[in-house]
Amino acid sequence: MSYWSFERFFEAWPYILKGLHITVGVTISAFLFALVFGLVWTFLRRIPERHINWIVTWVMEFIRSTPPLVQLFFIYYAWPEIPVVGVTLSPFVSAVVGFGIHFSTYIGEIYRSGIESVENGQWEASTALNFSLLDKWRLIILPQAFPPTIPMLGNYFIIMFKEVPIASTIGLTGILHMANSFGSEHFNLIEALTIVGIIFLVLSYPSARLIKKLEVKLNTRFDKNQVIDPIE
Amino acid sequence: MEDILSISQELSRGLFVTVSILIASSLLAYFMGFISGLLRLSKYTLVRKLTGFYIEVFRGTSLIVQLFWLYYAIPMLFGIPLGSNWIIGVIAIGLNYGAYLSEVVRGSVEAVDNGQTEAAIALNMSSYQKMRYIILPQAIRMMLPEFGNYTIQMLKGTALVSLISLNDILYYGNILRSSNLSQAPLIYLVILIFYFVLALPLIFLTRKAEDISKKGVAN
Repeated sequence: MSYWSFERFFEAWPYILKGLHITVGVTISAFLFALVFGLVWTFLRRIPERHINWIVTWVMEFIRSTPPLVQLFFIYYAWPEIPVVGVTLSPFVSAVVGFGIHFSTYIGEIYRSGIESVENGQWEASTALNFSLLDKWRLIILPQAFPPTIPMLGNYFIIMFKEVPIASTIGLTGILHMANSFGSEHFNLIEALTIVGIIFLVLSYPSARLIKKLEVKLNTRFDKNQVIDPIE
Repeated sequence: MEDILSISQELSRGLFVTVSILIASSLLAYFMGFISGLLRLSKYTLVRKLTGFYIEVFRGTSLIVQLFWLYYAIPMLFGIPLGSNWIIGVIAIGLNYGAYLSEVVRGSVEAVDNGQTEAAIALNMSSYQKMRYIILPQAIRMMLPEFGNYTIQMLKGTALVSLISLNDILYYGNILRSSNLSQAPLIYLVILIFYFVLALPLIFLTRKAEDISKKGVAN
């Protein structure tokens, strides 16, 4: 039977922390991937053709409602076996692409909600003022659509950070992987796993609080704008 | 086509474990969500702090870490191997999503208009009556869509139990893949479709829940 040892607990810290930059690196890379790929979904959803819209919606739904673990396995184990396009991907690239695609469907929805939150009058006004398509988006729509989405994007960054340890199953040497290998060397995993939990808690809890604050701040800013608005 | 059939047949052996874990863990999560969500609104600071601690610990760490941790810690804490990995899977998923759902419960209860609380007090209702007959009937409708979304998340989470050697859909898929590497794309595609088919009723229920929660609410 296993037991708790403080000696092992302190011994494990430096070993596990060696994997932290990988976990954080994958999170950041996958998040950037999702930010860009999310744009693709948003564009595809805006195509004014019923059938395309239907297909895109269900493809997104499919990616979103199936386990990221299976999607990772698909990319890591199955992709190399596909004829013509198949190449072997490293655990790092597999994780970035896997989580990137999975979360891009959520990010795409966030962009959409941001764009839809811009009032109809703004679109009409920019048309009435004869803005070009580019100027309309650059000067009118995006400056209003983007700020409200920042807290939501931040929340998804934290959610992704907590999903990344799943990639230890395809051999990504992040903190969970390091904890597992430390644990199996010392025949006890409990201290190492506790450390991983502490690291996640210490990093994600303050970030979540920070985003909450940002959200409140943005909300008050937008409320103020509405109050000062002379037309109201 | 024959391959797909034989793969599906093999995978369906894991269907019972996946579905039973989903049902049991979502029941546990709903229960934990309601209990801790309401305790979070308690007038006693200590109760609020303790519930907050549970919520933040489970929301702040990953499901996979909690699953592994409980897998090793539960036998240690109780001094005996608990025996069933099934129970550990249910506890991990249930407690994790219970923490998320408690925020949904708390948010919905707080979102009920203050006038309702005041009216209940004016009508001399006890705090139990106020909750049971005034606040909750209105709050639960608001919660429904999020409960649906989190149930889909839980379905995705059940795939992790294959990592603590439970024989779920993914477990049988992995075994198939290890014996026939070149079939991997088809195997994982069929697994994904299995999960999607399981998610479909939940997706439709969530959409229905969104309609219900919008109906008849003054804005």
